[in-house]
Amino acid sequence: MEPQSIDKEAITAIVNEFGARPEMLVQILQAVATRHGWVSEGSIRQLADELNLSRADVHGVVSYYHDFRIEPPGRHIVKICQAEACQAMGSRELTSHAQAALGADLHGTHADVTLEPVYCLGNCACAPAIMIDGKTHGRISAGRFDELVGVLKEAG
Amino acid sequence: MSVTRIYVPRETAAVSVGADEVAVEIAREAKRSGDRVELIRNGSWGASWLEPLVEVEVDGRRIAYGGVTAADVADLFAAGFLVGGAHDRRLGPIDEIPYLINQDRWTFWRCGLVEPLSLEDFRQHQGFKALEKAFADGADTILDAVIASGLRGRGGAGFPTGIKWRTVAETEAQQKYIACNADEGDSGTFSDRLLMEGDPLGMIESMAIAGFAVGASKGYIYLRSEYPLTHTILSRALDIARDAGWLGDDIRGSGFDFDIDLHIGAGSYVCGEETAMLESLEGKKGIVRYKPPLPAHEGLFGKPTVVNNVVTLASVPNIVNLGGERYSQMGIDRSKGTLAFQLAGNIKRGGLVEKAFGITVRDLIDEYGGGTASGRPVKAVQVGGPLGAYLSTEQLDTPLDYEAFTAIGAMIGHGGIVVFDDTVDMAQQARFAMEFCAIESCGKCTPCRIGSTRGVEVIDRMVAGDNREENYDLLVELCDTMEHASLCAMGGMTPYPVRSVLKHFAEDFATSGGNG
Repeated sequence: MEPQSIDKEAITAIVNEFGARPEMLVQILQAVATRHGWVSEGSIRQLADELNLSRADVHGVVSYYHDFRIEPPGRHIVKICQAEACQAMGSRELTSHAQAALGADLHGTHADVTLEPVYCLGNCACAPAIMIDGKTHGRISAGRFDELVGVLKEAG
Repeated sequence: MSVTRIYVPRETAAVSVGADEVAVEIAREAKRSGDRVELIRNGSWGASWLEPLVEVEVDGRRIAYGGVTAADVADLFAAGFLVGGAHDRRLGPIDEIPYLINQDRWTFWRCGLVEPLSLEDFRQHQGFKALEKAFADGADTILDAVIASGLRGRGGAGFPTGIKWRTVAETEAQQKYIACNADEGDSGTFSDRLLMEGDPLGMIESMAIAGFAVGASKGYIYLRSEYPLTHTILSRALDIARDAGWLGDDIRGSGFDFDIDLHIGAGSYVCGEETAMLESLEGKKGIVRYKPPLPAHEGLFGKPTVVNNVVTLASVPNIVNLGGERYSQMGIDRSKGTLAFQLAGNIKRGGLVEKAFGITVRDLIDEYGGGTASGRPVKAVQVGGPLGAYLSTEQLDTPLDYEAFTAIGAMIGHGGIVVFDDTVDMAQQARFAMEFCAIESCGKCTPCRIGSTRGVEVIDRMVAGDNREENYDLLVELCDTMEHASLCAMGGMTPYPVRSVLKHFAEDFATSGGNG
């Protein structure tokens, strides 16, 4: 895994989309994270320059929010809800199953799939819930989990 | 040959269990059979347990089919689904389903009924009527109506909405803001999402009314990032409203300017706290502010700001249309009107139930929810999200009323009701409350930042049988410190679920299987 940077022009384009104003920092970072999966050290420097903030300011915001990763994730991201409504429907057992099935711990990556915890997807009447690459799935059994993840593996 | 209208919800819960696939399959099957159909992607009625809930319009009546899968579609067509034919999935006319009709739908009445992104449909269902009435009646009349309604903040704190609006209206400033809190982070809650996905134009109208009433020309919606479909729908609705002149300068010739920016959160629970949300809207870390100053005086960018939850705002158009008194006639004591209760977790019929305050948790769980999904007995019910107490079965007859809940050391919060059956290990739930606080604490105040981590450790020692009585006392003391010395509800209310476990389920510390 070598390419440890995000294209500078792509970052500038995002800044221009939202406006180079400090109050847009969270929105800009969210767009960077959504489109590129992570926020690189180079991007932090660049955003500090373009928004006239200190690097510490930008780094502080990046490290504060769960959505911002400072390392590239796998090609696919599987989030498993860990909150109470899903716990009541067996999310702890589902999480153990997912860890075994993917060969990754929470926050870990294996075979290009990153497994992450999430605290509520707002799908609490169809628990347990997971999110795969930004799409929420409900009423997830171990079998259904394997089906959904199996599709990812086929797709590569 | 006539065209048959078919409704398939485009709403997160429905889509999460296959609604998109069902819609695709219906279109494909209709093509194959040569039937002409018009597919409408409506919002959800909120009966999540019936999703995907498909409706077919037959002679002007919508016939519902529940739990439809893509694999059922060919069979449904064969059974005469387009004329409301009999099938195992058939539930009957949507307006005869007891779960839905036995509700007090004041705020959610358009959800499920309308096509969320059709301005025409919205207008046909009273859309923007309340805003027009506000323009005609004037700001003071609106403020009076909201005060008379007794509406209180539905985000959890329960502060009287009219008083907040009046305060902002009376605060002199060149610029004021409406900040809509759509950072619905409590587990067991999805009412904001359901409303924004099912009635996004109604949400926009509500914010414009608030802006008009207090003299704010700019609104922000702070939407959590975990709701990507909501994001798509709301963005589109904002464009539609703007294109039709319902947002922007001089709205429909009223002389009133108002526009809305949609901001997306970044996965921080504490950003649902109003001052942390304001910080995040300003592009910063979501760290809680000291109060005072209140946001009504110095809020976003230091300007007077109305911070209201989605459901609070969305309750207003009908208050404008029908009068504050009508609203205040529902509910009990100081809990006026309705709340969108959300039945979640281990429950057979989970979903949204909008009811007047005063109904008991037991009635909601038994009569609407149909008991647990597992069929096992209920052991505990967490009301009000991760900061809400776990109720024992003896407490389920408590009427849902802000003050009645406070009296038993609990809270209603945003109306989430999460049911657990008798297999739950309550020591583990108490530990999770502390662990969640440790993960989500903004770190500004010590009781929350450090107390939560210490709380996890103390509970671990209790579960391990290490000086259980001494550690019990220590945990009680820690809860007192967190409650009284934390800056906001994060640290201040994490003790609620923990104390409720100590009080009602203490025996679980001895039998707990372990951690996390």
